[in-house]
Amino acid sequence: MTSLAAPGPPPPPPSGGPAASPALRAARLPPRELFGAAVQGLRTRRLRAALSALGIAIGIGAMVAVVGVSASSQAQLLAEIDALGTNLLTATPGTTFSGNNEILPTSSVPMVAGMRYVDNDVAVYQVNGATVLRTPYVPAQETGGIGVDAAGGNLPQVLGVSVAAGHFLDAVSARYPEVVLGAEAASVLQIESVGGHVEVDLGGKWFNVVGILKPVLLDSTLDSTAFISLPVAERLFQVTANPSEIYLRANVNHVPAVANRVGPTADPQNASGVDVSRPSDALEARAAAKGQFTTLLLGLGAVALLVGAIGIANIMVISVLERRGEIGLRRALGATRRHVSLQFLTESAVLAALGSLVGLGLGAGATEIYSVAQHEPFVVPLYALVAAPASGLVIGALAGLYPAGKAARLSPTEALRA
Amino acid sequence: MTAALALGDVVKEYPGGVAALRGVNIEIARGDQVAVVGPSGSGKTTLLTILGTLERASRGDVRVAGVEVMTASDRQLAGLRAHAIGFVFQSFHLQEWMTALDNVATGMLYTGARSRDRREAARVALTRVGLGHRLDHRPGQLSGGERQRVAIARALAKRPVIILADEPTGNLDSTSGAEVVALLHDLASDGATLVLITHDPGIAATFERRVQMRDGEIVADERR
Repeated sequence: MTSLAAPGPPPPPPSGGPAASPALRAARLPPRELFGAAVQGLRTRRLRAALSALGIAIGIGAMVAVVGVSASSQAQLLAEIDALGTNLLTATPGTTFSGNNEILPTSSVPMVAGMRYVDNDVAVYQVNGATVLRTPYVPAQETGGIGVDAAGGNLPQVLGVSVAAGHFLDAVSARYPEVVLGAEAASVLQIESVGGHVEVDLGGKWFNVVGILKPVLLDSTLDSTAFISLPVAERLFQVTANPSEIYLRANVNHVPAVANRVGPTADPQNASGVDVSRPSDALEARAAAKGQFTTLLLGLGAVALLVGAIGIANIMVISVLERRGEIGLRRALGATRRHVSLQFLTESAVLAALGSLVGLGLGAGATEIYSVAQHEPFVVPLYALVAAPASGLVIGALAGLYPAGKAARLSPTEALRA
Repeated sequence: MTAALALGDVVKEYPGGVAALRGVNIEIARGDQVAVVGPSGSGKTTLLTILGTLERASRGDVRVAGVEVMTASDRQLAGLRAHAIGFVFQSFHLQEWMTALDNVATGMLYTGARSRDRREAARVALTRVGLGHRLDHRPGQLSGGERQRVAIARALAKRPVIILADEPTGNLDSTSGAEVVALLHDLASDGATLVLITHDPGIAATFERRVQMRDGEIVADERR
C-alpha cells in the first residue's frame, strides 16, 4: 500500500531530449465505454426515455403494420392462386388486322381436347342477344349486365370452382331449359337458392334455375354469366358451335409448351387468330399490386416517425441542459468535445433504436391480429425486420445531432458551475 | 527542472469587459503544494480553471505539465486532463446513480484504460482514502466528508502529476474539512503538484506556499 494510488515521481528527462510528458498521451474512449456511458444516461431516466421513444415506436409500428397487412393479404391471394393452380390456359378468338373478330372453328374443341399434356378442357359459346330477366315483364334492356353462355358440364372442374347452391349443368340440362347462374348474376337477379322451382326469363323462354356458382377467381367475367347447355342453345337460339372461349388445364410441367401449341392446334389455318392467355398471370400481378402497401398509410407512419424524432430531439436538448454538471465533469475528466457529442448522439440513437424495436413488435402484433381476424397467413417481410431498427438508429442519430452539438459546445466551467 | 505550472502575464476577460485576471505571473514547481486565498471574486476559481485547461486565457502564456496551452488543440488539452490533471470540486460532482467504486472508475474513463483495470485502480484508491468498506455505497448513502474522499479518490486513481482543488472543504464541517486537507497533503507528498483554493486561513496555514489574490491579481506570494 505504498504508492499504488499516489502519483509516482515524474520520470527523469532523458539526457539531451525533452522531458517525457504525460501530456503527449491522448484522451481515449473505447466504443464499448462510449456505449456504456450512453446507455447509463438512459437508464437513469427510464420513464422519460420510454415516453420519448414512444413516438418512434408508434411510427415504426404503423409502418410495419401497413407492410405486414399488405404482405399478409398478398400471401393469402397467392395461396388461393396456388390452390387453383397456375396451369389453366384460355384460348379466345383474336381480332383481325381490320379490327373484326376472328372465329374459332368448330373443330378447335376436339382438336384442343386431343392435345398431348392437356388434362381437361371445356368450351364456352356465347349466346348473342339473349338476356336473363326475373320475369318477361321486366324491360328487355335491363339486362343487369348478365350475358348468356353455353358451356360443357365440366366447367366447374376445369375452372376450379364449386356451386354455392344446386348443381351445374348435367345430362338433363342438355335436353331441357335449365340454367346455372354465376355468383354476380345470381346476386343481380336476387336469387339466393334454387329450392322451390325458381325460373327466369332467358331470351324470351322460361328456364329453370338449377344451380348457382361460387365466384370464379381465375376468370371473374364468368360471375355475371348465365350458363345453359350447348344442345339447348343450338335448338332454342340457333347458336353455332364456334367457341368464344376454350379453357384447358395443361400438365403442370408443360404449361408453356402447351400454350405455344394451342393456337396452331385450335386453328391450323390461322394460328395467329387465336389469343392464348394464362389467367393466373393476371392474378399474380394483382397479388403483387396488393402487396404494394398503401402510400397514404405509409405516409401517416412517416409523419408519426417525424413527430417521434422531434420528440427525441426535444428530450435530448432538455437532457443536455439538465446534465451540464455531468458534461462539465466529463470534460474535466478528459473528455474531448467529440467524446461528449458522441455520447449524446449514441444515447439518442440507442433510444430511437429501442423505440423502433418496440414498434416492430407493435406492428407485428397488429398484423397478427389482422391476419387471425381475416383468416390470412401471418407475414411480416424480412426486410422490415432489418429496416425498422436500422431506420430507428438513423433517425435517432439525426435527431441527436443538434443536442449533441450543443453539449459539445458547452463550456466546461459553465457546466461545472451549474 | 521545468515548472509543473507556469503563467506569464495571463489576462482573462469575459464578454462585457469584465476582467477576472489582470496579468497574473506565477510558477509552480513539480511537487509544490500551494494554497490560493483571497476574497470572493478575486479570480481564484478562474485561475484554477485556466491552470486546469478547462478555460483558455484571453492573453498571456500558459504552460501546464510542459504543454503550451494557448496553442494546443481541444484534443491535446483533453488528453492532458485525462492523464495529468486531477480535479476536486467543492460540490463533489459525483454521479448519484453510481456506486463509489464506479464513480472513481469513471475518473479514468477517458484514459482508455480497460474497465477491469479502472475498477481495480478505483478499489485501491478508495482503500487509500479510507473508504475500502464503502465501495458499493452510492453518494446518497455517504456523509459529506466521505463523498469528498470519493471525489479525491476519483482525482487520484489515475495518478495525476497535478491536483487542482477548488474549495474542497467548502461544503464540509471543520473536522471533515481538516481530514480532507490532511489527506490531500498526504497523497500529494509522493511528488504531485497540489494547488488548492480556500477561504479558510487555518487550512491555508497548513501549506508551505500561500498565494493571495485580489481583484484578479496576485498580491502576495509567501513561503513558510
